[in-house]
Amino acid sequence: MTVTITVNGTDHTLDVDPATPLLYVLRDDLELNGAKYGCGLGQCGACTVHIDGKPAFSCLTPVGAVAGRRIRTVEGLGSTQAPGLLQQAFETEQAAQCGYCIAGMLMRAQALLDRNPDPDEAQIRAHMQTNLCRCGTHMRILRAIRRAVAMRKGIQAAQEARP
Amino acid sequence: MSPTMFPLSRRGFLTGGALTVSFALAPKAFAQLAGGGEGGAGPAVVAPDLKGSLKSSPWLDAWIRIDADGQATVFTGKVELGQGIRTALLQVAAEELDIPPATVTLVTADTDRTPDEGLTAGSHSMQDSGTAIQNAAANVRMLLAAEAAKIWDLPAGQVGTGGDGRLHAPGGRTLSYGEVAARLSLHVQAMPDAPLRRPSDYRTLGRALPRVDIPAKLTGGAAYLHDMRLPGMLHARVVRGPSAGTGLQSPDLDTVARMPGVVKIVWQGGFLAVVAERQWTAIQALRHLQRATYARTTLPPLPADGSGDAVAATLKALPARDIPIMDTSDPAGPAVHSVKARYTRPWISHGSIGPSCAIAQYVDGTMTVWTHSQGTFDVRRVVAELVGLPPEKVHAIHAEGAGCYGQNGADDVAADAAVIAKALPGRPIRLQWMREQEFGWEPLGPGMMTELEAELGADNRIVSWRHAVWSNPHNNRPVGAGGVLAGNEADPPFPAPEGKPIPMPEGDGSRNSNPLYSFANTHVVYHFLKDMPARVSALRSLGAHLNVFSIESMLDELAAAAGIDPLAIRLDHMRDERAREVMQAAADRFGWPTRVKGDGRRGCGMAFARYKNLGAYCAVAMEVEIDRETGRTMVHRAVAAVDCGQPANPDGVRNQIEGALVQSLSWTGHEAVRFAADRRASFDWSSYPILRFDDVPGSVEVVVMDRPGAPFLGTAEAAQGPSAAALANAIADATGVRLRDMPLSPDRLKAALGPV
Repeated sequence: MTVTITVNGTDHTLDVDPATPLLYVLRDDLELNGAKYGCGLGQCGACTVHIDGKPAFSCLTPVGAVAGRRIRTVEGLGSTQAPGLLQQAFETEQAAQCGYCIAGMLMRAQALLDRNPDPDEAQIRAHMQTNLCRCGTHMRILRAIRRAVAMRKGIQAAQEARP
Repeated sequence: MSPTMFPLSRRGFLTGGALTVSFALAPKAFAQLAGGGEGGAGPAVVAPDLKGSLKSSPWLDAWIRIDADGQATVFTGKVELGQGIRTALLQVAAEELDIPPATVTLVTADTDRTPDEGLTAGSHSMQDSGTAIQNAAANVRMLLAAEAAKIWDLPAGQVGTGGDGRLHAPGGRTLSYGEVAARLSLHVQAMPDAPLRRPSDYRTLGRALPRVDIPAKLTGGAAYLHDMRLPGMLHARVVRGPSAGTGLQSPDLDTVARMPGVVKIVWQGGFLAVVAERQWTAIQALRHLQRATYARTTLPPLPADGSGDAVAATLKALPARDIPIMDTSDPAGPAVHSVKARYTRPWISHGSIGPSCAIAQYVDGTMTVWTHSQGTFDVRRVVAELVGLPPEKVHAIHAEGAGCYGQNGADDVAADAAVIAKALPGRPIRLQWMREQEFGWEPLGPGMMTELEAELGADNRIVSWRHAVWSNPHNNRPVGAGGVLAGNEADPPFPAPEGKPIPMPEGDGSRNSNPLYSFANTHVVYHFLKDMPARVSALRSLGAHLNVFSIESMLDELAAAAGIDPLAIRLDHMRDERAREVMQAAADRFGWPTRVKGDGRRGCGMAFARYKNLGAYCAVAMEVEIDRETGRTMVHRAVAAVDCGQPANPDGVRNQIEGALVQSLSWTGHEAVRFAADRRASFDWSSYPILRFDDVPGSVEVVVMDRPGAPFLGTAEAAQGPSAAALANAIADATGVRLRDMPLSPDRLKAALGPV
């Protein structure tokens, strides 16, 4: 049967078993690399995407359940040519080692910043708790999120200072 | 390096044979093993006078080619594992060629294109490949200058480079590298003494260049093997019992064969896999087949539980071969304090976030395998034997995977994919293991134990030191079909080779059991256990994790018994100046003299090791706070200092050390593979919890020692042991309770602390 989903602002109609986890549809049908298979159990966060603005485990979400809903992946945050603000902050902090978890980290963190543009350290750590990193890049990921917060404030201040 | 090296000749290294005795005693041979140093088949040495991997691949054009536009292509047999080696090697090449880094393209391990440099393991890549590329590039720069001099009819000494890809002569004349290179053949052997650029002139080496692989990883670019999509690609899943050493009994193949979208069931001997057009179909087929019952096959008994006593009982029940590591006899005064202790480490999972993956395609008698194994050339050897092809008909290409930290499922899954592809010629086969398969089948980091006994004299000098370590082999890297699961399942099976120890000076279970400190009357023995209760192989730092933990814990136990400062007891027994400087640098940055003193709740600890006594020096200090209600340890701050020789990229070094420290806190504080009577019982992140964000340190700071032009020492594994011991020492300082069995988990600490 066909399912229509909206990913990064574009509608896609797919002939797919509606029980298929969204992860495999994103990766195999839409050829989006960002969301990763890590556990298939919602325990590691490597597959994190946004569904209607909220972070979700795409490995546990049947594609049939997200028909007509807004899905955002890390590809929707920016590109290598035009990276989004959070991606720029991760680049500046060199916040990756193997990087397999990083797309999920970015989507998880972006969801926090969308909801709370000025989180404190405890809020950041609590929010990121669902996502695993094995390389031990946590300190840099935390720095990158703090940097993104500061960058946004800087941009805002510059805009407010304009006559 | 030699002036600061510990005087070995008076120490009598004994590593189990005349050959290795002379190896250890001869300074010239005091080099690390070639090709990764952790097993693997490795390349043969053909030019022993050259440096690094030039010893096995001496031809310049094997490493560097320069095209007419002046673009350099540099070839390495090492691979990117997330450690940043791609960027570091690129910097080495750019520096020594003296060209902008943007004009360098780096090709990593590919059996058709690059030198065989053995494994990417053992913190060897900078020594092996970095050194080779550095010297090859210096040779190329020398040849270019000589050729330009010939063109200009000048003495070679008057031709220089300017970092711009051009050769410069007095009077402002220049020639591009491309036009000069076009007149040269680089198919010449490297000279051993091509002059290297002076560190004071460095333009690229030693700078914190942004890593070249990170942008794609942040934006969903095709960064991994997992992201490859080849035309006509099919998806496979392999079917086995729940853990290595078990087998499924009568899986229901009939039902799966009828599932729409299933293309083929591959069943050969004990090997079973299902192939489908869509990934989700393959997974559903796998789930159906997994309903079959299973039975444990061979192997010695598994540990009864995760306790230190169970680890010790399991290991001590195995037959041991005793390998003497070190035996010294010195005059010494009587002992005033004596401490005896046992330390244990349970079996630990590599825990890669991405389960292992491979793609294989068999076309016209040639097998192509894309693999994220650490041993691309070994994958070729394994696959060739397994599927019955000559090695030249197997093309193995490295593509990045998730971090592996040793031998995870990468080699097995590559072999699995090749078996399937051979049975289904033509179409590319993508095989990814599932989460529970990675946990269940990968070789684990071996469980280990040590027994130490040390005595301190009245002058606070250590008068005797005994260290015994029990361990399975850490080196079961596959070099033939018997080393992978699919080989053991073939009909007839390729038998798994018997495990062998890695000889000192690198060692495996014995790694870092020989203290770098100068202790009197030192006796170290390795009880090597070849029979493996659980499938094991290399995990980052091998035996150094427990050996350094043991040595550095014991030093603090002695210091506490005698009321000496932990830094002082270390410095008092250390003659290696670089080791002393690293300890002092960490202590200074940490503020060791004014640190929080143990008060029942808060405390500080430090530890040091030089990895393998040959690699990077690393000291770690940390401050912890204990929640006595829960036993939880919070690391408020950690400071590490590292001397890895000339750092290629200081931020890359910091990234590696930060990561190693955090990972070691996870291993040491939280991790243990669980076992049931007949199988592993850790299959997911709830039965194998690792550190999450709320348990990572408040801050981690890394001091990178500046060692201009010093030989590369490698970095990646240096912090595993010191971080583990610093944690134990900080907990002991804070609480007065000494935890000796990993993991130093909240429940164990709470139990040891007793009622609040």
